[in-house]
Amino acid sequence: MRNYLARQLVQLVVVVFGISLLAFGILHVLGDPVLLLLPQNAGKAEFERYRHLLGLDRPLYVQYGKFLAGAVRGDFGKSWYADTPAFTLVLERMPPTIYLTLSGLVVALLISLPLGILAALKRHSWVDTLCTGLAVAGQATPLFWLGIMLIIVFAVRFKLLPASGYGTWQNFLLPSFCLGATLAPITMRLVRSGVIEVMNMEFIKTARAKGLAEPAVVIKHAFRNACIPVITVLGLQFGQLLGGAIITETVFAWPGVATLTVDSIRNQDFPVVQCAVILLALLIVGVNLIVDLIVGVIDPRIRT
Amino acid sequence: MSAPTKVEVAELDDKRAETIETSRGMRSRLRRLRWGLAASGVFLLIVASAVFAPQISPHDPLAVNIRHRLAPPAWMEGGAPQHLLGTDQVGRDLLARIIYGGRVSLVVGAGSVLIAATIGVLFGLGAGYFGGRTDWIIMTGINVMLTFPFVLLALAVIAVLGPSLTNMILVLGVAGWPIYARVIRAETMAIREREFVLAGRALGMSHARIVFRQIAPNLVSVIVVIATLQVAQVIIFESFLSFLGLGIQPPTPAWGNMLGEGRVYMLNSWWIATFPGLAIFLTTLVINLMGNALRDWLDPHLKL
Repeated sequence: MRNYLARQLVQLVVVVFGISLLAFGILHVLGDPVLLLLPQNAGKAEFERYRHLLGLDRPLYVQYGKFLAGAVRGDFGKSWYADTPAFTLVLERMPPTIYLTLSGLVVALLISLPLGILAALKRHSWVDTLCTGLAVAGQATPLFWLGIMLIIVFAVRFKLLPASGYGTWQNFLLPSFCLGATLAPITMRLVRSGVIEVMNMEFIKTARAKGLAEPAVVIKHAFRNACIPVITVLGLQFGQLLGGAIITETVFAWPGVATLTVDSIRNQDFPVVQCAVILLALLIVGVNLIVDLIVGVIDPRIRT
Repeated sequence: MSAPTKVEVAELDDKRAETIETSRGMRSRLRRLRWGLAASGVFLLIVASAVFAPQISPHDPLAVNIRHRLAPPAWMEGGAPQHLLGTDQVGRDLLARIIYGGRVSLVVGAGSVLIAATIGVLFGLGAGYFGGRTDWIIMTGINVMLTFPFVLLALAVIAVLGPSLTNMILVLGVAGWPIYARVIRAETMAIREREFVLAGRALGMSHARIVFRQIAPNLVSVIVVIATLQVAQVIIFESFLSFLGLGIQPPTPAWGNMLGEGRVYMLNSWWIATFPGLAIFLTTLVINLMGNALRDWLDPHLKL
């Protein structure tokens, strides 16, 4: 187990390093911060002055070192727009994003677990066909369009739920359903295939042979083992889920990190964009590590 | 590295269980093939309507007509027969704009998938064939890219480069390679151990000749399947970027920016946001159906 943990941690450090390089490179190699910062008609001398002021006239690796040293201490520079540290701005917006992601995950599980298990137990029945159909349709539905359709139906037409906003439980319903519904198809397929795989195994036969009732076989023996691939994939999907949350936030004007990021991109406020990108990536890496550890604990085959 | 084990566990796919119940599996596979055939018919229609847009479009997609602004679809009260799907906020014909909008989506989809597949296949072949340090570096790159939410990466790059058609194709193309690389790497590693590769080495073939003449031809079906399914993903991402105003700029019609404009008017004019979304849905749906059928046809054991 210790070996497994060590390997995971090395991997984590490398990935985080790569992400910081990517986030730094996007701004400093692809673009020129000064060009974005100053008005286009600014003189050449002005550009040079700013370049020197921001330390942009030094070699790239020195700049990257400075950036990294700051980032490790949570210092991503001040927002060019709001004159507060970028880190504080992003951190403030983190909770809504996390709540949205979690509630989306819950919705996805509520849809996909029962349907996936049913489809697996009654293969080639109408439930199975329905699930397959739903999955195919779900995977083709653009999340932001689904969000708008939900708003038009539930908020505009029937006036049942708020179209945007944050704070009450009603505000959570549409966004988390929207997010959950887009993650559900793939989870459902995995639950289904996981359960099918497990139901054909020897220990299920043993459980049946010793006279266990069918529900006990399904819940205690089949489902627990089917959980392993599901948890792994949910972990791997977490990045996608967060990506989905980003899209959902922009549709429902959710006050999370994504809305902040998109606004900052519009304002060309790069310290904030950089900080948000890195913190979100860290969140994903952290969740992936936790998932790996959980899977390592429940499935001893993986540890070696 | 832990990544391969993770992927292996994740891929306890329904394919493997499917082979157990061969006859039923065959039947559902046949059904998927039939669906795929129907879908490719629809897809050809969509492509044809985009190619021949000037000939079949009922109106000029940019022609403004303030007197007919916000006209509902023809079958609704107040709808005009010459505007089948209604008009937008400045009286442009929605049907014409949707027909022209397909051009953008298809061009971006095809262009960026070509770029992503080229990069991904080269990296995947390199990592799988050479193994060792090359493999480690490329796998780390893949992990970094897959950790990063694709949306966020695309947003950040577009923010620096500025929105345009070319930039969008480039960004979606360059950001999309890890999916190909991961699958191609695994397949290459398996093929590398086959006897004909060994024979090639024994005959003194160069690495390049073995990789491109012996291994790569075996991967064509895998590449075709992933690329097809990826076109659908890219179309969704492209429309999301345009929806945010970071993609195709108005007045050029694209499904995404039409949706974005429609969102502003969704309180009273639901059709502006609904129909472009339906176009995205239909296109991605038929592409996914085609991709699934292709997978069954070309390589039934492929796990994606």
